[in-house]
Amino acid sequence: MTNTAQKVMNTSDVSGSKDVVIKITNLKKGFGSQPVLKNVSLQLMNGENLAILGKSGSGKSVLIKCIVRLLNPDDGVINVLGEDMRALNSKHLGEIRKKIGFLFQSGALYDSMTVKQNLEFPLRRIKKHLVQKEIDEKVKEALDHVGLSDAIDKMPSQLSGGMRKRISLARTIVVDPQIMLYDEPTTGLDPITSNEISTLINDVQKKYKTSSIIITHDIACARLTANRVIMLKDGEVYLDGTLAEFEKTTDPLITSFFK
Amino acid sequence: MHEITCYTMKKNISDIKTRFTFDGGIKRTNVFFVAIAEAFLFVLSILKETFSRDFEYKEFFRQCFQIGYKTLPLISITGIIIGFVITIQSRPVLIKFGAVTMLPGMVAVSLIREMGPVITALICAGKIGSGMGAELGSMRVSEQIDAMEVSATNPVKFLVVTRVWAATLMIPLLILYADALGIIGGWAGANIKGNVSFVLFFSQAFGHVIFMDLFPAIVKSFFFGAIIGLVGCYKGYTAGRGTESVGKAANSAVVVSSLLVIIVDMIAVQITDLL
Repeated sequence: MTNTAQKVMNTSDVSGSKDVVIKITNLKKGFGSQPVLKNVSLQLMNGENLAILGKSGSGKSVLIKCIVRLLNPDDGVINVLGEDMRALNSKHLGEIRKKIGFLFQSGALYDSMTVKQNLEFPLRRIKKHLVQKEIDEKVKEALDHVGLSDAIDKMPSQLSGGMRKRISLARTIVVDPQIMLYDEPTTGLDPITSNEISTLINDVQKKYKTSSIIITHDIACARLTANRVIMLKDGEVYLDGTLAEFEKTTDPLITSFFK
Repeated sequence: MHEITCYTMKKNISDIKTRFTFDGGIKRTNVFFVAIAEAFLFVLSILKETFSRDFEYKEFFRQCFQIGYKTLPLISITGIIIGFVITIQSRPVLIKFGAVTMLPGMVAVSLIREMGPVITALICAGKIGSGMGAELGSMRVSEQIDAMEVSATNPVKFLVVTRVWAATLMIPLLILYADALGIIGGWAGANIKGNVSFVLFFSQAFGHVIFMDLFPAIVKSFFFGAIIGLVGCYKGYTAGRGTESVGKAANSAVVVSSLLVIIVDMIAVQITDLL
């Protein structure tokens, strides 16, 4: 048995713990005859920032889309906050999704809405009990948190790439999620803005006590944010460990990534 | 069968596709049936979401404004020109048959029964159908629809149901508006070479229009609206992931909805003829 497999087995031993917020077991997903995720098992602990690294096409984004069931897995078990995601009907799936924040690679801001309306959109649907004054306060607080209060009346087309990512992050945190899923949060950004986004990810974890999965191939982002790192290769978990363990290893794939 | 919701619809479609991934001719034949099944499930999910709780009224009225009000200038110009052209083209023929007094009635009947609904619907297919296809297609490509889903918002309910119903209700109104302007255009056309008062032209025009001219036209207008909304939304919502698919969605929305408008018109004419 390889070190990698051993580590996965070890982390799976604590599956019964209530500190586990996401537990994935033997996940398989393919498109047509092309398998993307072959046999992925991992878990996310409460309050942890887990970075998932891997080359393009290794199945990182597919993995987190399977977690929120934007994609339906072919096989395996996905347990989120104690619920089997594959067994949920649409109503219960909606309830679980309310507790998960998803930052899309492109930001996915609604083009036809202003920044304020973008933030109000999930708030009005997830926190239905809030009155307009409370909604305004939460929108302001989220925008303050990402440092873009001035952009409240702007349209997404008027924002730069970094600003779009920040607003998208504000839209995600405005509903107080328990789990954050970041899909390549720093891709396409300059090193300074990437650094700012990574800092924001840490701030979000501290302020909102979230547990996060950060999909990235940006080692600087992983170094700044991750408590633990998983490397995916060819649709399987290649190595699971801390950053220090990753940096110590002599495995050529890992070392080429960390150069 | 799984519960038909927007969340499970994609899974159902995926299951159907998986079942029909054979090689050769069978695959090609089945692509057609898979497309029919996809469209059927799409319509079914729209019907289900229409009658579920929390209808998105605000978005529905926004879409009514977008479809109705923002199409008015185009429909106004088109309506007037259609009436004007019909009059100019028909006048010499009617003079030849000594039936020039029938001109207002002929213009009104042809506009209300056929020209108004079909031409307005085709223009709406171009403007509204392509707009819906492109908008929803680009929302799919830029993951905005996925963002809605993970925000626990049903995108079929918010994006599709509102657009389809707005198109179904607004396009008949646009058609009636185009008919009215067409008759005004007809009066203008009649006054180029003749001299007829507005009141006389209108009274002669509506003197020839009976209930059975108006009723089938209004009924088929609702079908035209529904077709344009459904096809535009379907093509956009099911667009692929690349930017190229946005163009394809907009293009096929226009082509398919225009074709369906013509086919439904042909069926409506046959049914009206039997009444």
